[in-house]
Amino acid sequence: MIMRQRTGLIALAAVTAIVLSWVFVRPVASATDPSVAKYIVGDEKSGYVYLDAQTRAMEDDDISNPGFLWVDKGKTLWNTVDGSAGKSCAACHGAAESSMKGLAATYPKIDPHSGKLIDIEQRINQERTQRMGAAPFKWESQELLALTAYVKLQSRGLPVNVATGGPAHQYWLAGKQYYETRRGQLNMSCAQCHVEYAGQHLRADTLSQGQINGFPAYRLKWQTIGSVQRRFRSCNVKIRAQPLPYGSPEYVALELYIASRGQGLPIETPAVRK
Amino acid sequence: MQGVASRLLVPSTAKKGDVIEVKTIIMHPMDSGYSKDQNGKTIPREIIETFSAAYNGKQVFKMQLQPSISSNPFVSFFMKAEQSGTLELTWVDQDGSVYKNQAQITVT
Amino acid sequence: MSNDPRVLPAMTRRDLVLAAGGGVLATLVAGLFPLPASADPNDVKKWLSTVASGTPTPGKITIGAPDIAENGNVVPITLSVDSPMTEQSYVKSIAIAADGNPLPGVAIVDLSPANGKAEVQFRMRLAKTQTVTAVALMNDNSLWSAAKTIKVTIGGCGG
Repeated sequence: MIMRQRTGLIALAAVTAIVLSWVFVRPVASATDPSVAKYIVGDEKSGYVYLDAQTRAMEDDDISNPGFLWVDKGKTLWNTVDGSAGKSCAACHGAAESSMKGLAATYPKIDPHSGKLIDIEQRINQERTQRMGAAPFKWESQELLALTAYVKLQSRGLPVNVATGGPAHQYWLAGKQYYETRRGQLNMSCAQCHVEYAGQHLRADTLSQGQINGFPAYRLKWQTIGSVQRRFRSCNVKIRAQPLPYGSPEYVALELYIASRGQGLPIETPAVRK
Repeated sequence: MQGVASRLLVPSTAKKGDVIEVKTIIMHPMDSGYSKDQNGKTIPREIIETFSAAYNGKQVFKMQLQPSISSNPFVSFFMKAEQSGTLELTWVDQDGSVYKNQAQITVT
Repeated sequence: MSNDPRVLPAMTRRDLVLAAGGGVLATLVAGLFPLPASADPNDVKKWLSTVASGTPTPGKITIGAPDIAENGNVVPITLSVDSPMTEQSYVKSIAIAADGNPLPGVAIVDLSPANGKAEVQFRMRLAKTQTVTAVALMNDNSLWSAAKTIKVTIGGCGG
């Protein structure tokens, strides 16, 4: 009897979901649409492809894209002296437009000093603590988001180019394992939505491939810019799993694995996302 | 209040009589007074109440904003280029703070 | 991509439906107890009358907006009014209201012949599917209006 009621409920939910999808699902840009062509590389599709035309337009214009408010702040920080060494980023690296070009597209990468995998945020803080004698910026602080966005902007349009072999391979494997492991009360893995069901509808949305080439990204939902690890945390919460702390080795490894899934996609930071 | 960073885009040069677009965005949470923080506490209303633009001191645009305006307000409007001068944008926060941005336009 | 993910044990359709259906039901229940309440239709009229009192005629004004918002937090709106924007004939003000938000008012825009073109863009919040109404006041004191219903959906993961 209970089983029967449950089946009925599931059927009702299914019908509701299907009806709602049919009525409300927004069209996703076709792969042959020239406006999204550069965001598709082989089978890989940037999150840009899944956006409405209005949201794509918001990202495309550097005034209408709210992420640039943080980029501007990052530029100021780049030129601001901080720490006991009395230096700014610019004191050693000069103009970010040339010195940082292409750099962020290779992160996460192995830190030659420690032999460990680090992401771009950790690299920025390493520079602050080890070279500038300054305090690290807190994860998800306005400062770290701003400087990360500014540094990563210098790779905009360049292909994601992470190393997955050699010393990075064990991290890549760990990231892959995290990606494919079911977790949380919904008992779901990243791969189920973003590989297996990518392109299919979930209520009014189309499931994307979960590419991260646009982070830090301005999310309409957040109404602010956020890091890729904030996105991971909110995905974990959605499947009712315990989110990991910012900077966890698991999340850094996950960044590497997902970046490798989007190898060759153009860096889009600061992207605009749903 | 960190909401002072803004961006402004207008053509730096224009022909007399051209209708040019002014686009601007400012960093501001536009807290509506209806949302809650992580602890379930209501975030008090904190919005920009007015945005105006003056060209050579004369008002060319004014907008009264309500809590229904999105965070980091973006506004675009048009103006007719009649003479060279300075476009000055002013945002007035409900707490009395005033944020400004400006640009020069050369009209030929 | 050189590293194809291995084939996974398929998430059953039931998992997906349960996840989606649960969210839909939650949304429906939440819809029964909206907090805070939506604006009263009279509040909308009252707000729009702050521009000018009178009964607007439908026409002359166009509301450019998506039929379905990507996210209710940030809905791009373009208001344009059919007007030559000359000293003889121009738009003085445009008021915009939303009947499903806690407060009806969204914005009031003041224009003049100095604008050359009666078009303004901004982004607004929509708490739920609702009708957005815009009223334009011309320099001859005539009032024109337009309304557009914009659907707001809940994202795939309830966000």
